[in-house]
Amino acid sequence: MSATATPDAPAFVAKTKGGRITNFVDERVGGSGILREFGRKVFPDHWSFMFGEVALYSFVILLLSGTFLTFFFDPSMAETRYAGSYMPLKNVEMSVAYSSSLNISFDVRGGLFMRQVHHWSALLFVASVSVHMLRVFFTGAFRKPREMNWVVGGVLLILSMAAGFTGYSLPDDLLSGNGLRIIDGVIKSIPVIGTYISFFLFGGEFPGTAIIGRLYMLHILLVPALILLMIVMHLFMVVVHKHTQYPGPGRNDGNVVGYPLGPVYAAKAGGFFFIVFGVIALMAGFFTINPIWNYGPYDPSPVSAGTQPDWYIGFVDGALRLMPGIIGDWKVEQIWFGHVFTFNVLLPALVPAGIIFTVLFTYPWIERWITKDTREHHVLDRPRNAPTRTAIGMAGFVWYCVMWAAAGSDLIATHFHVSLNDVTYWLRALFFVGPVIAFVVTKRIALALQRKDREIALHGRETGRIVRLPHGEFIEVHAPLDEYKRYKLVGFESPSPLPAEPNANGVVDSKEKRRAKLSRWFFEDRVAPATPAELAAAHGHGDHEAIESGETQKTLSH
Amino acid sequence: MKALSQKRRHPLAAIALLLMGLLVTGGLYAVASTVNQAKATTSTNANDAEEGGKLFAANCATCHGMGASGSQSGPSLVGVGAAAVDFQVGTGRMPMQMNGPQAYKKPAQFNEEQTRQLAAYVASLGPGPSIPEAGLLDEKGDAAAGGELFRTNCAMCHNAAAAGGALTRGKFAPALAGVSGQHIYEAMVTGPQNMPVFSDANISPEGKRDIITFLKQIEANGSPGGADLGSLGPVSEGLFIWIAGLGVIIAFTIWLTSRTS
Repeated sequence: MSATATPDAPAFVAKTKGGRITNFVDERVGGSGILREFGRKVFPDHWSFMFGEVALYSFVILLLSGTFLTFFFDPSMAETRYAGSYMPLKNVEMSVAYSSSLNISFDVRGGLFMRQVHHWSALLFVASVSVHMLRVFFTGAFRKPREMNWVVGGVLLILSMAAGFTGYSLPDDLLSGNGLRIIDGVIKSIPVIGTYISFFLFGGEFPGTAIIGRLYMLHILLVPALILLMIVMHLFMVVVHKHTQYPGPGRNDGNVVGYPLGPVYAAKAGGFFFIVFGVIALMAGFFTINPIWNYGPYDPSPVSAGTQPDWYIGFVDGALRLMPGIIGDWKVEQIWFGHVFTFNVLLPALVPAGIIFTVLFTYPWIERWITKDTREHHVLDRPRNAPTRTAIGMAGFVWYCVMWAAAGSDLIATHFHVSLNDVTYWLRALFFVGPVIAFVVTKRIALALQRKDREIALHGRETGRIVRLPHGEFIEVHAPLDEYKRYKLVGFESPSPLPAEPNANGVVDSKEKRRAKLSRWFFEDRVAPATPAELAAAHGHGDHEAIESGETQKTLSH
Repeated sequence: MKALSQKRRHPLAAIALLLMGLLVTGGLYAVASTVNQAKATTSTNANDAEEGGKLFAANCATCHGMGASGSQSGPSLVGVGAAAVDFQVGTGRMPMQMNGPQAYKKPAQFNEEQTRQLAAYVASLGPGPSIPEAGLLDEKGDAAAGGELFRTNCAMCHNAAAAGGALTRGKFAPALAGVSGQHIYEAMVTGPQNMPVFSDANISPEGKRDIITFLKQIEANGSPGGADLGSLGPVSEGLFIWIAGLGVIIAFTIWLTSRTS
């Protein structure tokens, strides 16, 4: 382009052949411009920022290992007799899908390793997506302008669960068949349309002969394509918004403090991919996952003890286990107008998951409405500095974990030698009480940590050195913090409750009153950061720092 | 015949018929129920039973009563057979350590000879399942058929990989690795603790042999995919990825970012 546009200036001619080829491509693609732009992109450095990367890398590993598996997997539900090399299943009647999964495990070179790579990275994928979302939530990174990206992340979480579940069902072994049976039961419990959906999905009565092929198409085509699309949107928005950063000296909402992508960070990230790959490969090499040969072919009659879904569906299974069939004398399963309404399946299967995802998707807007905060935020909150949000998050987390634990209630019972019934009763109680306790305790801990920060900011760190003053008093010497450390302890916002404000017509409507109430609930317990004046007062006599802080020590009870 | 038909309306004819019917059914039942017994190969002799009686009176009678007739603390053992004694005493479950939902396995308290004597004594009290013959325990049956029987009949409590599982109120189905074929067989025919009895009509002796073959084969095979994480299914896998997998990854992320911050 430049060569034709400016005929006077001699075109740049690279010295080597490789250079000339590169230049040829660059003049037509403009790669160096993109690289220049991206290479200067600054990313802050913190270990908790890397879970999204872990998720991305696990997804790449999933694509690679999954492609290998498709070469050998046959999603047919036609009946066959096993003729592979695993003796305890010799000549057993099974589906072609299960037989081909066994062949991958025992007769394809490297097949078992690749299956285990695929499954372990699937578990790691969903786990890292979850931890990433927890990090984003607890640091307030979902605030403006990143609300939409938070929603995209939520969709990715659901898609990753869908990808996991469709994959879990493919081998057509007893475990995956039991999982599908539960899904079928949940679908059938939906009033009126449930049975129709089930027949549509399975192509007739469960299990039918169609479901594996259908799930296979979803698993290898639709769901990964959607995940890829969402990842592209997600990363695009990360580039547009730039990365958030933890509070620190010199960091504000107008800048990003960190390292440019190229060259060090790109090398680190590239290396990290191989680290993740290596960790997964080692796990796949040394630890069994989903030993399908243990479970045998699917047959609707047997159910094995210890049958559970993979961890990310576990909370739904746990909720199903916790739900009583009869409460007092009231049967949860009701017959109305001659139709059975199976609420003891419908409620636990859909309601907790529905609540979790509804709150997850709407939370940025809920908090925005309560706080009336419409500013852009690029500096994160330390979790302790947003006590109510942190407490809400922990309440949800504990609620999830109670259901999650319930999915392993049988193993809790056998391994801790307690009664399965007692485990269930305790978890039922915790299902209701646990989130409340978690909320209160978390909020108290967050406030206590804020007080500790405030005290350290004002009076320095305890050195453990005891000094006796001339008049006999003993004091402990406090060492002052340096400014960088102190900034971290005082440089945060602590909003106070926002009272109800009249609208344009000068009326305080009831919605606004509700908002004000919530705002008070959100912010009434607060520990304000130490102000410059307070800091100056605390360090008033710079020369006698140690003595001064000793004297003011008693007055510290904000 | 004529005399018989003439007396068919005799007032006692109904009673006589009833008696005959009872005798025939009872007799048939006795023959049928000792089919297991008929396979007894244990070389019990009167001396064994006598010695066993002494051992029983000293160690077991406190709960099971004199003459094994049962008490409030323990059931009667008349008719449980030698197999039940060999299983319970041979695996250390009896004498019971303490009352609870279920007796735990522990090192056997009696040696083989004493166990045999106790079994002989209990077997002498009434007919019951006997100790299986060696031919059924040779582990040379059809493992695949045994696997199918195991998944249909046993896996819901014992887990498809025989790793054990929970039952209600503190009871449990134990893991089966390391249990001898003889004890597995005896458990099936006697139904110890909370286990149901799998009589020869439920699962034929050959079927039981296949199950034992299957269990021994999967135990000998080990875990083809590496450490089996207890063969407990997705719960232990999930625990592993969250603690070990993510733990190692986090260690690396901290290492990668530690030099700059």
